[in-house]
Amino acid sequence: MVPLSWYLILSAILFACGVAGFLIKRNIITIFMSIELMLNAVNLTFVAFAAELKMLSGHVFVFFVMVVAAAEAAVGLAIIIAVFRTRETLNVDRVNLLKL
Amino acid sequence: MSLHLWIIPLLPLAGAAINGLLGKRFPKAVVNAIALGSTASAFGYALYVAVQFMGLPADQIPHIERYATWMTAGAFTAEYGIYLDQLSLVMLLIVTGVGFLIHIYSVGYMEHEGGYYRFFAYLNIFMFFMLTLILANNYLLMFVGWEGVGLASYLLIGFWFLKDSAANAGKKAFITNRVGDFGFLIALFLLIKHFGSLQYETVFKALTAYPVEASAGLLTAIGLLMLVGASGKSAQIPLYVWLPDAMEGPTPVSALIHAATMVTAGVYMVARSNAVFNRAPIALMVVAVIGTLTAIFAASIGIVQTDIKKVLAYSTISQLGYMFMGCGVAAYGAGIFHLMTHAFFKALLFLSAGAIIHGLGGEQDMRHMGGLRKYMPKTFWCMTVATFTIAGFPPLAAFFSKDEILWATWASGNHVLWLIGLIAAGMTSFYMFRLWFMTFFGEYRGTPADDTHHGHDSHDEHGHGTPHESPMIMIFPLMVLAVLSFVGGWVGVPAALGGSDRFDHFLAPVFQSTAEAPSGSESTASSTAGHAEHEETGTELLFMGMSVAAAALGFLGAWYMYYKRTDLPAKMAAAAGGLYTFVLDKYKVDEFYGAAVIRPIVLASTNILWKGIDATLIDGAVDESAAGAQDISDGLRHMQSGSIRSYAGWVAFGAAVVIAFMVWQGVR
Repeated sequence: MVPLSWYLILSAILFACGVAGFLIKRNIITIFMSIELMLNAVNLTFVAFAAELKMLSGHVFVFFVMVVAAAEAAVGLAIIIAVFRTRETLNVDRVNLLKL
Repeated sequence: MSLHLWIIPLLPLAGAAINGLLGKRFPKAVVNAIALGSTASAFGYALYVAVQFMGLPADQIPHIERYATWMTAGAFTAEYGIYLDQLSLVMLLIVTGVGFLIHIYSVGYMEHEGGYYRFFAYLNIFMFFMLTLILANNYLLMFVGWEGVGLASYLLIGFWFLKDSAANAGKKAFITNRVGDFGFLIALFLLIKHFGSLQYETVFKALTAYPVEASAGLLTAIGLLMLVGASGKSAQIPLYVWLPDAMEGPTPVSALIHAATMVTAGVYMVARSNAVFNRAPIALMVVAVIGTLTAIFAASIGIVQTDIKKVLAYSTISQLGYMFMGCGVAAYGAGIFHLMTHAFFKALLFLSAGAIIHGLGGEQDMRHMGGLRKYMPKTFWCMTVATFTIAGFPPLAAFFSKDEILWATWASGNHVLWLIGLIAAGMTSFYMFRLWFMTFFGEYRGTPADDTHHGHDSHDEHGHGTPHESPMIMIFPLMVLAVLSFVGGWVGVPAALGGSDRFDHFLAPVFQSTAEAPSGSESTASSTAGHAEHEETGTELLFMGMSVAAAALGFLGAWYMYYKRTDLPAKMAAAAGGLYTFVLDKYKVDEFYGAAVIRPIVLASTNILWKGIDATLIDGAVDESAAGAQDISDGLRHMQSGSIRSYAGWVAFGAAVVIAFMVWQGVR
């Protein structure tokens, strides 16, 4: 059996990749995908612990996260389309209208 | 038996409230009805109270009524209550009676003035506070009235507040009074500390356990501090400077507040506190000396003044000095007697002066009067009675009262004070007859159409041609007061003249019940002034002769200089040169105070309090904290770059910090 720590290490690597991508990438679609990556890294942690501790709540929580992620994807993509229509760009450095 | 004395002060208060709040919409007749009605009913009720009071058995005097507890702090309580004894009864009748007459007079005098309702509201509020002052049954309530009359005085001096001089005079009066109040307050604090109460009967009873202080002690300190308060309110040296300036107010106000009633509050307070002063001979002596010095000092200034109201103002200060002199030799009865006659004749003098000013369209300079006997005969006769009264001719009122004071001063052994008092009496006679001759005799020196001298009393809106007699509503109070000034002294005809000195005997219980010192060491002052005069009738008659001689001398001097040889005063003034101008400038006391007190205070306030503390410290702290907040925000503003990645970076950084903190916590 694969020990718990391996799952956690993999999850941490995935999460770190997500954070790095989120911070480094300029394309908003890529940033979006990085967010999904982070969410799934967390999901992996949840199920790893759930399996280890023989508790169902971890599994249940993963479904919640998936639902939220799906909803977020729907809303987020809609926003991206709207932004693209007005700004004609997907580069987040150009989308900085909220500056004071 | 309750006399419901609370009604008396509350009547004028109600009048003031109605007129003050709603009077603007009332026609003058309604304002008159409310103001005069409330004062008249207060006077009427006071008369009823006087009749009832006479029927009280001796053991029910003082008659004390308690209504409610005002405040309690630990063992100390102050209550709303009224203390009626012979002293407050006399004051009550003077204040309501003279006050009512002056209210009547004001209806005529203020007819052409703006702010009519305001004037009567102020007058009524003054009546309320004055009655509180004299009827209170504890020092704290007295202090409320004391401050209240100061407020009313301030409002009425500055009645024509658009005039700078009037507004300044009001401020001067108020601030000078505050200096005196400071002393009074400290005296009250000392009373609370040592007697735990300010109720008259408690304090006076506790005082009987104290011996007469041979050297300065607690009671001397209390007495002297009370004197500071009294000298502020009653315009004695060194705090008299406000009273001449207070003549900026309307003349009825000068008559009511600055002659007949309010300025006598200090005398009343000293007489009321006789239990303290009798046990503090040093303080009592200071009272006598201050009074005597004030009497002659103010009289000497009065001699050279040319403004008719200023002459009367200095005369008031001088007469108040006499009252203090009387109190200071423990002849409180004589002091109060003079207070009463003074209320009559000085109110009469001021109201007559007001009638003259009214008839001349605002002229107050006596050099522009003269010959008015022909134009205003009724005023002339009233003024004549008043002048002869204040000069001290028998059998008019002030002869008896002033002479009683002088006699008591001599009898108490203060021969120097008596001599000064006698000289001041001669000077009084001189300056009053000077006023009389300059105003009513000779030729009219006014220039009818000349406006340059007008406006001092803000009467200039109805153009005056020739001087005219005042309306009947102003003359009537003059006549009543003239009668009182004539016969008012007869209640106190001394034994030496075949009278029984009823007034003194009436008041005697007030000053005797508290005078007995348990240690048996009688106060030198109180024992000699009492009834020693019986054996010395001859001497007393001689002294009366001297007083009359002094008055006659003053009359002759004034007659010679201001009737017979009218060129003489100018020559004498020129001969006296610097001395004359020095006296004309009121001994430069105002200038001295300005340089010694006001300028340092203004400088210190400007440089330290205003520019130092207010502008630099307080404003600086506020400004700096505002500027600091702006600076910090200016720095923080740059965090909000609008760049999503920088936000994300901050989020990641924050999360890292939180995790690091949790790990560190876990490690620990």
